[in-house]
Amino acid sequence: MAAVPKIEMRGVKKRFGPKVVLDGLDLTLNKGESLVVIGGSGTGKSVMIKCVLGILRPDAGRVLVDGQDVTRMGGRAREKVLRKFGMLFQGSALFDSLPVWENVAFGLIQGHGVKRNKARDIAVEKLAKVGLGPEVANLSPSELSGGMQKRVGLARAIAANPEIIFFDEPTTGLDPIMADVINHLIVNTVRDLGVTTLSITHDMTSARKIANRIAMIYKGKIIWHGPTDQIDKSGNEYVDQFIHGRAEGPIKMEVRG
Amino acid sequence: MENILNVFAATGRVILNFMAQMGRLAVFAGDAISCCFRPPVYAYLTLQQMQRIGYFSLPVVGLTAFFTGGVMALQIFLGASRYGAEQFVPQVVAIGITRELGPVIAGLMVAGRVASAIAAEIGTMRVTEQIDALTTLSTNPMKYLVAPRLIAAVITMPILVAIADSIGVFGGYVLGTQSLGFNGAIYLKNTIDFLEFDDVSSGLWKAAAFGFIIALLGCYNGFNSKGGAQGVGAATTNAVVSASISILAANYVLTKIFFAD
Repeated sequence: MAAVPKIEMRGVKKRFGPKVVLDGLDLTLNKGESLVVIGGSGTGKSVMIKCVLGILRPDAGRVLVDGQDVTRMGGRAREKVLRKFGMLFQGSALFDSLPVWENVAFGLIQGHGVKRNKARDIAVEKLAKVGLGPEVANLSPSELSGGMQKRVGLARAIAANPEIIFFDEPTTGLDPIMADVINHLIVNTVRDLGVTTLSITHDMTSARKIANRIAMIYKGKIIWHGPTDQIDKSGNEYVDQFIHGRAEGPIKMEVRG
Repeated sequence: MENILNVFAATGRVILNFMAQMGRLAVFAGDAISCCFRPPVYAYLTLQQMQRIGYFSLPVVGLTAFFTGGVMALQIFLGASRYGAEQFVPQVVAIGITRELGPVIAGLMVAGRVASAIAAEIGTMRVTEQIDALTTLSTNPMKYLVAPRLIAAVITMPILVAIADSIGVFGGYVLGTQSLGFNGAIYLKNTIDFLEFDDVSSGLWKAAAFGFIIALLGCYNGFNSKGGAQGVGAATTNAVVSASISILAANYVLTKIFFAD
């Protein structure tokens, strides 16, 4: 019997007014897999992740986590499912009213009921895992550089030892060296924790580094997926245009959304 | 003919948008109220908000109440003197402050100070995905962000208004005794003898309702802000304008309810 996928999206549709963002999207993420979804801006990558997390509700289709239908789930049942997830946001999304350690320990204190003293120790330990010393723990997020904020975001994502981690544009806005540092951290963290990951990015260097499978989203649908080493031989002209960053090709950039 | 139809279509769109907005606000309010009565209760956050909403609003509310009381005493004295009824200044100042001006002035000042701050804070959290982050960390944003602000505003506004009432009456007393020639002891005796429990309590009930309106509209506009800095700015303006108008409208309705007979 085949193993139950960690995440399965079947025919997921989502529109905002007249704009169709997800148009019957199908995606399967198996246990232990590191899947990267690539695609241009406005193709529905972030909306896809938000539909899995329940931040947005799909108009049609189903989202299953560990075989359990979570499409219309709310309240405490949703909170319980969300304990399986960690997420690194594009802009880190750190709570600026809280010091760094409380940001990292937030899910432990609020979601898992861990005492503050113990949660602080875990936070310092997780910060060390992403290369940040204990002296950072009491700083405010606004005192950190963009790269350090990403690291804190990563520490927060792994703090509660989740089964699945989402990375939303993990290297956007970082210089190439810091981007590579973050990629390394992601690869090492995923390897050490043995988690399943879903990343969305348009940074091909990052995608090649952190993925063992890549899928491409275009106009709200997955148009190609396969192992990372097959992406250069995909035979898909949309994928070819995207990974080589060519202006000419079947993908026409919409100047107005 | 087409122009007339366009006018009807535009009017219809405005009405439909307004009704949809009211519907969304009603759903938000229902969810927010239910979150106030369901665990977990964030006691520390609620106390923190009570300090921000109540304690930090004291100087501005106190000052406006003091000057309002003084101006009321002066205007009533000038008006009443035309009929030789100057002796009623303490009573009219007391009833005017406790029933109307105390809660309304405090409500409008807190709306300007607090509704804007709440909308800006929550709006910034919305556009920087901090609210989404709360959700992914198994924390209900309505319980974590909205419920503490609602509870804090409903509890602190009556306290704030009770203090504003006292300072407002004191403002009238200062002007009455220093400029209008009233005897201090008689001014105070007239005020205390005249005031009834309902005069004060009606103002305090109004204050609780205004506190609810301020926190609700601050949170609602913040939660629904879109875009970047411009969206947060618009949410902040909407919060203050809608809270101020709602306070004045609610004041009319509550006054009718309390004093209809």
